[in-house]
Amino acid sequence: MTTAPVLTARGLTKSFFGVRVLDEVSIEVRPGEVHGLVGENGAGKSTLMKILAGVYQPDDGEIHLAGEQVAFAHPIDAMHAGVATVFQEFNLLPDRTVAQNVFLGREPRRRGVVDVREMARRTQHVLDELGVTSVRPRDRVGSLSVAQQQVVEIAKALSHDAKVISMDEPTAALAAHEVELLYRIVRSLAERGVGVLYVSHRLKEVFDLCDTITVLKDGRLVSSGPADELGPDELVRRMVGRSIDTYFPGPLEGTERGTELLRVTGGGNAWVDGIDLSLRAGEITAVAGLQGSGRTELAEAIFGIRPFTRGSVEVGGRRVRVTSPRHAARLGIALITEDRKATGLSLAQSILDNVLLVIRGVFPRRTAHVRREADALMARLELSTDRLDREVQLLSGGNQQKVVLGKWLATRPRVVILDEPTRGIDVGAKVAVYDVIRSLAREGVAICMISSELPELLGIADRVLVMRDGRLVAELAPSATEEEVLRHAAGAEVSA
Amino acid sequence: MNRLRSLDPTVVVYLALVAALAIGALLVSTVGRNFFSAGNVRDILTGMSVLGLVAIGQTLVVLCSSLDLSVPVVISLSSLLAATTMAGDPARIVPAVLLTLAVAAAIGMFNGLVVTKLRVNGFIATLGTGLIVKGYLDTQYKGTAGTVPWEFQLLGATGLGPVPVSTILMLALATLVWFVLARTRVGHQMFAVGGDPVVARLSGLHVARPVIVAHVVCSLTAAGAGLLLASRLGVGSPTVGSQGGYDLLSIAAVVLGGTLLLGGRGSVWGTIGGVAIFAVLDNVMSVMQVNPFLKDIVRGVVIVAAVAVYTRRTLHAHRPRFGVGGPTDDGPVLGPADGAPATGQLPPAEEVAR
Repeated sequence: MTTAPVLTARGLTKSFFGVRVLDEVSIEVRPGEVHGLVGENGAGKSTLMKILAGVYQPDDGEIHLAGEQVAFAHPIDAMHAGVATVFQEFNLLPDRTVAQNVFLGREPRRRGVVDVREMARRTQHVLDELGVTSVRPRDRVGSLSVAQQQVVEIAKALSHDAKVISMDEPTAALAAHEVELLYRIVRSLAERGVGVLYVSHRLKEVFDLCDTITVLKDGRLVSSGPADELGPDELVRRMVGRSIDTYFPGPLEGTERGTELLRVTGGGNAWVDGIDLSLRAGEITAVAGLQGSGRTELAEAIFGIRPFTRGSVEVGGRRVRVTSPRHAARLGIALITEDRKATGLSLAQSILDNVLLVIRGVFPRRTAHVRREADALMARLELSTDRLDREVQLLSGGNQQKVVLGKWLATRPRVVILDEPTRGIDVGAKVAVYDVIRSLAREGVAICMISSELPELLGIADRVLVMRDGRLVAELAPSATEEEVLRHAAGAEVSA
Repeated sequence: MNRLRSLDPTVVVYLALVAALAIGALLVSTVGRNFFSAGNVRDILTGMSVLGLVAIGQTLVVLCSSLDLSVPVVISLSSLLAATTMAGDPARIVPAVLLTLAVAAAIGMFNGLVVTKLRVNGFIATLGTGLIVKGYLDTQYKGTAGTVPWEFQLLGATGLGPVPVSTILMLALATLVWFVLARTRVGHQMFAVGGDPVVARLSGLHVARPVIVAHVVCSLTAAGAGLLLASRLGVGSPTVGSQGGYDLLSIAAVVLGGTLLLGGRGSVWGTIGGVAIFAVLDNVMSVMQVNPFLKDIVRGVVIVAAVAVYTRRTLHAHRPRFGVGGPTDDGPVLGPADGAPATGQLPPAEEVAR
């Protein structure tokens, strides 16, 4: 590591609403290195990235690019200077083509007229460089899979001739087999001398990919150094101040299978089929599967969003037909949805209003009671804010997820379905979510948890169901290996 | 229905137009008239040109996720400015037209700046502008004013065969706007800003510029409509715009043409198709001497039905995997699937076992 850094930031400081979210943070990114940026949510990673992208302007501190001091007043300045950013939320226009998205705002022109053919050619060139064949310049972005859209995002960054590419949680929305493609792309970027700033909550990825790791905590720099000098335990300790042993709660000792609370027999609709599922009190059932395997659709079928049109459903031994989320909530079923911002929260409302959302709508008579209990409820979730009147959109991802949990726990559900409950949240918040799941199970709630993170599933579940092409294809014990789960999920035992 | 879904909305609009033409021709023939006679075709095309001009500009504004409710007063003001400046003198046609366009551009600029810099919602901003200009018109003009010279009246009266010059101008403008949308940066930026302003900003776009351009162009096309109306009437009128209801009718034509009211998706040719559908409906009902109130009812039904069709088309985010027993084609993505209730579809064996 003798090369001069391509990007140097010194003493970056930023406050929002009087709260200092970034405090004198310095970072150096060298050409050809993959630089991991880790820390809990609220540690300041996103703020740092957005300052480097020109989205926010720092209150103090300076940025040097290839030795020259720069100031980004607008994202366009950062791009012109060669700093490209792949944000966690995709910045793509679903109604436009791949080429139109890649060259948005910089469409190649000939005599003032956009040269459509040249635009397609150059987009194809970038896609070829990335080694991607499944995406074509004229495809409409909205018709692509999440992983393919991710590729378009990267192609967009790459087409800027970026010297530095920062990526915020690039694998958050990807299934396991799609992560490989991303790894390959990140490595090839580094080989070409691009400095990659890589933000991730998945420690395995950070160790797989990164040469250097910078740790942030509470807006301050904890450490920055070569990755091989750090072990996973040490890294987690630096991030949260606790060891990795507590990362997963571990298998529950002496599971007592309670009564059956929900039973689906031969359930099916347009998206899932042949579903036989039994959820028991005190049991944590995990559902694994690749992106698009029908996991979310299964949850939505049970919860009445896309009701089963075949088969039968019993809740608490009584045969029912769940036709709407309202109906499901009345039956004591809760669904923590995959996308908390879009479908879990009313972002402009307060924590308290969100917690009371279902109660007010479905169980209005319990509103006053729940309002009194709200403090205790949020304390149980370790929500690290004492002001229940804060707007939810101002909270970190982890705390937002706790609000979603609180909203459903307030209804005292008997069956809780969680769809990717730890996506995009930090280790500390993950542990809090795991703790809540365990304690709910202990209290006799039936849990069904959907997740893309296999270590998490195997670490917490009492049994693991694997979904593929809309059907449940296997039931495994938590002692199963990740490879076994993947083999069923990807259908390898059929093709092999 | 399934095949309809995969089609481009613009194609659907023109299919609907063909259907409207066929039904219109049939109905008109029942009263012993020829729908496709040169005179009737000219009537339809003439009916298209004014609304077409306004709707072309409105398309850009709607694409940018804004609205322009000030078009009626811009039309009236333009007709008055043109007619009073010309004052019957052919030599003053050119300065009058330039003055009218300049004033309209200024109004559009004002709209665009209020929407982008003061961040006032387009609906409210242009409603306000409309009221301001209306107040000015009401205090300055008691009735029609000015005189349009004969030479300028020709603009609204001549044609090439059955095709009026005004329609040709309107279609030429539509072609120009299509080119701007498809082949210029500002056009691409309009789709981007209307589709998702955050994405646009993070992609390095100046978010305000395309919105301002759209508002200026919209006011200019409204001014064009005002000039055209002045040439037809021979005078300027303070009420010609509001009587035509061009604000809501142009928005309706844009939406009927498949442009998303929220912006980011649409096409100018779709809008022209929407305008043509309105023109055909109006013509058929005039020829059939239908009660004018029924006309509005028909227009209303067409607008609502069109949007309902488009909404269905955009709702299939998750592709169904299993056809058997499930909703076959029109299954809504949210809410209970139509068809028989789930319990009714249980296999008999299941029922017996129970």
